[in-house]
Amino acid sequence: MEVGQLQRSFIEYMSSLFNEGFLDAQFSQLQQLQDESNPDFVVEVVSLFFEDSERLLNDLTMALDQPNVDFKQVDAHVHQLKGSSSSVGAQRVKNCCVPFRSVCEEKNTEACLRCLQQIKQEYLLVKNKLQTLFELEQQIVAAGGAIPMMQ
Amino acid sequence: MDFYASSSTVSSEEPHVLAVDDNLVDRKLVERLLKKSSCKVTTAENGLRALEYLGLGADQEHSTNGNGSKVNMIITDYCMPGMTGYELLKKIKESSILKDVPVVIMSSENIPTRIDECLEEGAQMFMLKPLKHSDVKRLRCQLMQCQG
Repeated sequence: MEVGQLQRSFIEYMSSLFNEGFLDAQFSQLQQLQDESNPDFVVEVVSLFFEDSERLLNDLTMALDQPNVDFKQVDAHVHQLKGSSSSVGAQRVKNCCVPFRSVCEEKNTEACLRCLQQIKQEYLLVKNKLQTLFELEQQIVAAGGAIPMMQ
Repeated sequence: MDFYASSSTVSSEEPHVLAVDDNLVDRKLVERLLKKSSCKVTTAENGLRALEYLGLGADQEHSTNGNGSKVNMIITDYCMPGMTGYELLKKIKESSILKDVPVVIMSSENIPTRIDECLEEGAQMFMLKPLKHSDVKRLRCQLMQCQG
């Protein structure tokens, strides 16, 4: 595929991620922090987010699997997840954390498990979308083009 | 040649900021934001590590063994396990060496009582997360005025 086409696909894809609420303005902040001296900043931060999230989701699964659930611990994990998803602009993941914290406070294990399921789904979705985005970027660069700047 | 005693002047140098946050993603973000605003950055993952870096650790002599005199500002998350940002703020303000170093508290939660508590304890500023470039720019300007 030629560069122009790739760039147009990239712009369309990126726009859809914002329009569908997967990403919010904070993601644009990350993009603005990327420059010639830090050309991989976005990929680096997002990779940290993936690692961090997967660890937290595992911890949450284990914590909710205990006979006596430590809800303080569960809440602490969700707080972390809310923080990092918010910092990278993963809006839908962040939004899932809010009801999660409420049902944690109510010590409602069933509801927590449902929230966890939802967060896992949203996380996998956004992970997939971001990986696709990064692949598109790589294709553009490989074809000799520049990655379009979005405002 | 005259040698000037090294103090915390930042006029022609990059200010040195200690950033404290237990969240890996947030540490990376705050570091980049500060570097983009021409600051030298050291990060710490919790209050204890921060105090050790500053020379205020439990086992350290309250002296020049730490880097406290080199740090021009401390920016810390509020919610951290073990020692909160508020507790860290208090320890810094209790130190004769460090009490004048500006401390900024960050939090993802906008809780007025929390904000008041921190400002009353001497925090320079309270910032809401996620941090944006404009927030750090504003902070940097304030810092320059402080040192001027």
